[in-house]
Amino acid sequence: MIGEIGHFALALGCILALVQAILPLIGAHRADARLMALASPLAGAQLIAIASAFGALLWAFAVNDTTVSNVVLNSHSQKPLLYKFSGAWGNHEGSMVLWVLILALCGGAVAGFGRDLPSALQARVIGILGLIAVGFLGFIIFTSNPFERVWPPPMDGQGLNPILQDPGLAFHPPMLYLGYVGYAVTFAFAVAALLEGRVDAAWGRWVRPWSLAAWSFLTLGIALGSWWAYYELGWGGYWFWDPVENASLLPWLIGTALLHSAIVVEKRESLKIWTVLLAILAFGMSLLGTFLVRSGVLNSVHAFANDPARGVFILALLMAYVAGALALFAWRAPKLGGTGIFAPISREGGLVLNNLLLCSIAAVVLVGTLWPMFADIMFGAKISVGAPFFNAATAPLAIPLVAAMAVGPLLAWKRADLAGALQRLWWVGALAVASAFLTLLVAGYHVLPALGFAAAAWLIGGATADLLDRIAAFRRPSQAWNRARGLPRAAWGSAIAHAGMGVTFAGLAGMGLATDTLVALKPGEATQLAGYEWRLERIRDVQGPNWSARRATVTVLDGGRVVTVLEPEKRFFPVGRMNTTEAAIHTNALRDLYAVLGDERDGGGVLRLHHNPLAPWIWFGAVIMALGGGLSLSDRRIRVSAPSRKAAAATA
Amino acid sequence: MTRWIFLCLLLALPAWGAVGDPNERLADPAKEALARDIGRELRCLVCQNQSIEDSDAQLARDLRRLVRERVAAGEDQTAVIRFVHERYGDFVLLRPPVTAATMLLWATPVLALGGGIAVIMFRRRRAMAEAAALSPDEAKRLAELDRGAA
Repeated sequence: MIGEIGHFALALGCILALVQAILPLIGAHRADARLMALASPLAGAQLIAIASAFGALLWAFAVNDTTVSNVVLNSHSQKPLLYKFSGAWGNHEGSMVLWVLILALCGGAVAGFGRDLPSALQARVIGILGLIAVGFLGFIIFTSNPFERVWPPPMDGQGLNPILQDPGLAFHPPMLYLGYVGYAVTFAFAVAALLEGRVDAAWGRWVRPWSLAAWSFLTLGIALGSWWAYYELGWGGYWFWDPVENASLLPWLIGTALLHSAIVVEKRESLKIWTVLLAILAFGMSLLGTFLVRSGVLNSVHAFANDPARGVFILALLMAYVAGALALFAWRAPKLGGTGIFAPISREGGLVLNNLLLCSIAAVVLVGTLWPMFADIMFGAKISVGAPFFNAATAPLAIPLVAAMAVGPLLAWKRADLAGALQRLWWVGALAVASAFLTLLVAGYHVLPALGFAAAAWLIGGATADLLDRIAAFRRPSQAWNRARGLPRAAWGSAIAHAGMGVTFAGLAGMGLATDTLVALKPGEATQLAGYEWRLERIRDVQGPNWSARRATVTVLDGGRVVTVLEPEKRFFPVGRMNTTEAAIHTNALRDLYAVLGDERDGGGVLRLHHNPLAPWIWFGAVIMALGGGLSLSDRRIRVSAPSRKAAAATA
Repeated sequence: MTRWIFLCLLLALPAWGAVGDPNERLADPAKEALARDIGRELRCLVCQNQSIEDSDAQLARDLRRLVRERVAAGEDQTAVIRFVHERYGDFVLLRPPVTAATMLLWATPVLALGGGIAVIMFRRRRAMAEAAALSPDEAKRLAELDRGAA
């Protein structure tokens, strides 16, 4: 019964989304206030319908309703409750329901918080969001019904994949989707602007919070996925340049460019056409990611969605939305007005460079991800494109980007003094060079980590220099505190986000100095790694809620003093008959001690031990970046309200 | 990411729960480091984009052993990679060789950057020209002012 209600709610949501797509857009076109006024209530109603459907799905998982085939395939009565819930979105059908739920939430937010928007713009944005929702709800209803029944019901479900039963992965998809779907809103704003034929500073000010929020969530989502790979896959790796990872990186790269170019629209009413294009591309990349993950085109083996009809459906949606928007763009963009004039050396110029480099990196990642498929179809050539290619091809673009990241914020709008900016950064440059040499001195001849630490020092120092400059700490130290308090949160946010990138670079550099060893030890035996003594005490059986395991106890000693006791496990999940390795990690924020248990033989066990300097900084930096985004989002200018167009025109 | 996990599970099932064999490592740390650098360039053919260093599929183990045998015999990186490349074809190389089929792939950074710069230059020149040129109204007004002055 609950399942049927959920299914019905999805269909109802689809109809509401269809009405939401049609009436407000017609209303905005005809300047009919009654039709436009329907936009917000429709968005609210659609949100209620989709939330009911999602609630019904969660219910089915929570009570382990084995008449629902999705539950049978992905859940089990013995699973902890958290993983029953996360199982609801840990599969293709359920994750699509989460996707449209977040889309409906965004629509509801535009309806609820967007009262300051001009009614025509609000109606158009909500209408476009409705149009996107129709496509994806249709996709769910026609190809991926999450409420499909099975009869007779089996005794119990088949269980969720054990390596997905993990807190990191429980929250990874929602974060990622908040990012992906957030770009649906900036897309809707871009299309609405094209329909209106107008982009101005007020538009930029409305788009920025959405792009900031989407970017912050996407940053967290990617970081969670990478962190999960680090501790769960048991190889100590954190980024594999896998097609599916690249699919989440692409919208991040374009979204980062969008975030920066929206500033130029807001402050200088420049780069308008370009920003609209980026907004379309950011969502296009999100859809492409969805397509790549679910269609199985990139790999011959289908996993997430093994029905080719689904791939074709999503491809059709991707083409319809992105090609439609791009056609509209080609037709209407020239009317949006020319770009303002600025000198190449200026804040605008710096942001153009940022956009150029980020988009070039995105092009490399996109082409590299799709090329194996393309080469196969076009030339019949079977090739692989992996980490060595991506590292080699993106580094020449990333290095100038990092170099410019510290300089750009110090440049003035319109026309800037590059020599002056560099002069204010002299101590930062010295710090970066010193970091590189110090790394070479301490760790030996490791060029990449040395460069990484230089980049970290350059970015963190650059952000500090930017803040010191803004509060005039050296020129008028007595007023610095007051100026610091008066500094807009957006200024703090951008400096913190840039510094966060620096922290991530430090983590990457530290991981470049990681060491590991693979040893077979008997209880009581010890080995040496990175100055620590690692002693295997014993290996024993343990029983978990839905697994049994072999657990090794490894004592790590530093000069006879116990640092920590690591307990890596090999778990066996009887449901699904699967083994996983659980790495044991001890961190003190400066380094991780990481142990994995392997095969057992002759009364002992094989252990892989890692010493990973600064490893947590990779994800810690991402959290700082997202915090910077959040701080920027809470800026008074954005929070209070965007100015109405009339007020903006009067002050302009 | 999620898909990747499923693929790993499907394809590299033996990889889970196994961490490698200490006997397969080379005793000489320098040679082991070289073997690892080489291994990161080579794809585990039955896995999804994993290098042979990151997988415990049987084939990855075999390739790791092969690479280490060659390194132990004193071959350098180029020679070992050439040997594996000859046996398994382009597909085994995670850094695709430059051929007719991959020329554009390798050119992407240059093309993207060059194309971007060209677009920026073009738009900038046009914007400057537009800003510099007088509109018909302005031209008319200038002509009137000239007449008034004369």
